Amino acid sequence: MALSEHPIADTFPEAASPTHMGLPDAAGFFGEFGGRFVGEPLIGACQELEEAFIDAWADPEFRNEFIDVLRDYGGRPSPLTECENLSQDLGLRLLLKREDLNHTGSHKINNVIGQALLAKRMGKTRLIAETGAGQHGVATATAAALLGMSCTVYMGEVDMERQALNVFRMRLMGAEVIPAMSGSRTLKDAVNEAMRAWVAEVTDTHYCLGSVMGPHPYPWMVRTFHEIIGTEARQQVEALTGGLPDVAVACVGGGSNAAGLFAGFADDETVRLIGAEPAGGAAAGRGVPAIVHGMKAYFMQDEVGQILEAESISAGLDYPGLGPEHSHLALNKRAEYYPVTDEQVLDSFQLLSRREGIIPALESAHAIAWVVQEKEQLAGKTVLVNLSGRGDKDVRQVQEILDVQNNTVNGAPK
Amino acid sequence: MTATTTVSLEAHLNERIADGRKVLLPYVTAGITDDWVDLVEAVIDAGADAVEIGIPFSDPAMDGTTIQEASVVALDRGMAPAQALDELRGREYGVPLIAMTYYNLVYRYGHERFAADAVEAGVRATILPDLPMEQAGDWATAAAEHGIENILLAAPVTNDDRLAQIVERTEGFVYVVSTMGTTGERSDVDDAASVLARRVKAAGDRPAIVGFGISGPETAVAASRESDGVIVASALMRKVLNGESVEQAASFVGEMRAALDAAYPAN
Ligand SMILES: Cc1ncc(COP(=O)(O)O)c(C=O)c1O
Repeated sequence: MALSEHPIADTFPEAASPTHMGLPDAAGFFGEFGGRFVGEPLIGACQELEEAFIDAWADPEFRNEFIDVLRDYGGRPSPLTECENLSQDLGLRLLLKREDLNHTGSHKINNVIGQALLAKRMGKTRLIAETGAGQHGVATATAAALLGMSCTVYMGEVDMERQALNVFRMRLMGAEVIPAMSGSRTLKDAVNEAMRAWVAEVTDTHYCLGSVMGPHPYPWMVRTFHEIIGTEARQQVEALTGGLPDVAVACVGGGSNAAGLFAGFADDETVRLIGAEPAGGAAAGRGVPAIVHGMKAYFMQDEVGQILEAESISAGLDYPGLGPEHSHLALNKRAEYYPVTDEQVLDSFQLLSRREGIIPALESAHAIAWVVQEKEQLAGKTVLVNLSGRGDKDVRQVQEILDVQNNTVNGAPK
Repeated sequence: MTATTTVSLEAHLNERIADGRKVLLPYVTAGITDDWVDLVEAVIDAGADAVEIGIPFSDPAMDGTTIQEASVVALDRGMAPAQALDELRGREYGVPLIAMTYYNLVYRYGHERFAADAVEAGVRATILPDLPMEQAGDWATAAAEHGIENILLAAPVTNDDRLAQIVERTEGFVYVVSTMGTTGERSDVDDAASVLARRVKAAGDRPAIVGFGISGPETAVAASRESDGVIVASALMRKVLNGESVEQAASFVGEMRAALDAAYPAN
């Protein structure tokens, strides 16, 4: 059955258009981006997943269970925080959607609970996942523990060093963590490893992909599980301010937290949608799509089409691509994507900590960094930032960087 | 048009298969060594019926550790698609070459230009494992204009309806993926390979050739029982990565040729 004919279509009033975040076409494309570019051994698994997702999402019982688990276990709804101090400093009205307060410390839990419940419904007994910062791996290990499933997480060897604490967290919850040793040994290689493992174990294993990327139905399904961010934020901002924000900002790795936020506002033409990318991993706006990781989307690549390695202070944004729906929104200029540097990110990490008592994830600090950079043009505006995660996992890395930079020991003068 | 061979890959293979021969298709990663083109010629002399030329890609998600390693070695040595085709050009191979790579490299090169350059290099077919049937139309059309065939894969999980379409739409042969996994040497080839090869043969009259997991003469003979022949990739590239010479690597192909011919004598 075509997606548009299925009962689920009622929950997405229109198919995706240049400015509307709706259904992809039957082949999984948002405009020219997306699709399903995988080897023949995975075609069946993608089809099975698509059918299972459509069926589940049309089933009120499944949706209720999803919402219930996110509430009772995940801690939703996440609050909206008005940052009085920073608002004053910057001359604008800064509102934070607090995904950092979710169980496991980031937005990742929304998608993972959705996929784990779906996998269970499909009769799968095992979850595999890729992870960059470790947040998605931790969230997957958490869901696996909760639902009694076994779990294997693929993580770039470099990232395992950068995020040792998250590696331990995953192991503590019973997951096996396998280093991805190929290529740049970061997120993109972890994706390759997870895809390879999925092929071999497809009958009893669900690949719990962590962002709005990969072959159809992943980009659409993952965005759908995260839409709760935008839906809640919209109501909360309206209740607080009596209107909509002027700008909605999120950091972008693959783009899942941004997609969830944007979905709440995409139809409101007055709301600018901004994605903050790391300068060393900015895939948007380069103009040439690539086909890799099962999808057609903007990627950093060399002139012959070899995929480049992203480089960022935050492991979670160390991804050289931008999910297909974001690529579509970027091409059609409905959303804008801008790079910020590691230096700006470090400054914003400290700024939010000092002025608001909120230590953000380095990923989320990208969104704050863009707001700080653009404070002049944002003067007097209501700016909604998705604070996608908390910084606990990053404090050690930042401490080491700052101690070297400031010639301090554990933050105090030598 | 290339002087190397003017018949299509499929006609070329069918002619040999009709003689009762099991075909043998070795795989060589372009740029794995300085003398990789010599290796291509040497495996042909050792009895290859066609040769797959692997154009290395940064993210070979369908490949196991050996081909990944071969790709990294070749990329580090600066190999690129245009260069691979360039280095192949100008020799007489006597059998068709098949370019095996990931779709992004062909997409970036441009369908039209890739097809034109490839055919000049002696390439008569492509295998793009991440370009499934549904998305292959544009490339297959551009390729056909230059006489290049596009080979589709079938996997053990491919259902009957889909298999029928694959057999219908593939050109050259059906690439029978022997197992649910990535490329790589295995000590025995799955039963799944025989079952799938039989299903492919029942679905039409395309050559069915088994790839993934062929590690030497024994697995080649076993995997050819229900199929028309085999592809050997990782086992051969492993030898090259281990520093074996062109002669040593080619003699491994020769052993496989001899084993196949002994087990399945020509009519
Ligand atoms: C806190 C946080 N934010 C953002 C991201 C980036 O992912 P995405 O772009 O899919 O939201 C990550 C990934 O690990 C993360 O941990």
